[in-house]
Amino acid sequence: MKVAIITFPGSNCDYDLYKCVQFIGGSPEFKWHQDSSLGNVDIVMLPGGFSYGDYLRAGAIASMSPIMEAVQIFANGGGPVLGICNGFQMLCEANLLPGALLRNESLLFSSKEVILRVENNSSIFTKSYEHHKTLRMPIAHAEGNYYADQEALDRLEKEGRVMFRYANQNGETTIESNPNGSANNIAGIINAHGNVMGMMPHPERAVESVLGSVDGLELFKSLLAHIVDPRPV
Amino acid sequence: MTRFQLEIRVVPRPGLLDPEGKAIQSGLLSLDYPDVQEVRVGKLLLIELVADSPKGAMDMATSMCERLLANPVTEDFQIQILEENENSE
Repeated sequence: MKVAIITFPGSNCDYDLYKCVQFIGGSPEFKWHQDSSLGNVDIVMLPGGFSYGDYLRAGAIASMSPIMEAVQIFANGGGPVLGICNGFQMLCEANLLPGALLRNESLLFSSKEVILRVENNSSIFTKSYEHHKTLRMPIAHAEGNYYADQEALDRLEKEGRVMFRYANQNGETTIESNPNGSANNIAGIINAHGNVMGMMPHPERAVESVLGSVDGLELFKSLLAHIVDPRPV
Repeated sequence: MTRFQLEIRVVPRPGLLDPEGKAIQSGLLSLDYPDVQEVRVGKLLLIELVADSPKGAMDMATSMCERLLANPVTEDFQIQILEENENSE
């Protein structure tokens, strides 16, 4: 599994992703935001961080980077693209995913562990998870408040494209378990073709018990399994 | 070509939750301005560009807003020409 990890000025989770991909037996390689080609890779990952200092809007300037043209082509051709945190913000800004990530309702940067509920385990990113399993993963963001207009939200829900929701320990999606004000407690979504996923929580920071949780591991294993055996899920 | 100074205002769409505006409103209330009904926070961009006409300048700025300066999902924008000067160069 060859994975391109794109580094933008201000990315700070690129090495976490690199280690994580190595850890599950994949071959990571860094690509720079000014590169124009991805080379021959199976998956593209957009890491978390503060690309371009979050100027204008989080992810907005990064989504105009030269490499993003190659990412668009890769995604439009069905290649798997995973955006985490700032990477999710970039995917929305690049119109690869619908909606936008607004300032957290609290206005505060929120860095803590949250509980997620797996909403759909029939995607290439989530097929190793049990349906409605609860996962523990960290979040670290100030703009994670998912917003889309009612029509776009209805479409996401109807098509089963919400992948993860913020929930409590019992797997209930309550207001209290929503750390940022996201519509419908949305923590991660997928595009209509099922090959581009964005999420605010950090699965790459939850892959070894020393990190406090291993619940992110199955996500990367799902992708690995898909590359080894790309049957439709 | 003429040199134009443009002012672009980017504001969160009406009805969209604006937590920053809400926080500022509560600050104003605690400073004893109970008459404040609403505060919304946006961005002000001052841009200088050259174009052959006011329409050319407005069209260019509109395209910039649609492609980068405003998020079409959450923000509205307004463009105003502040000044225009013949470019001597």
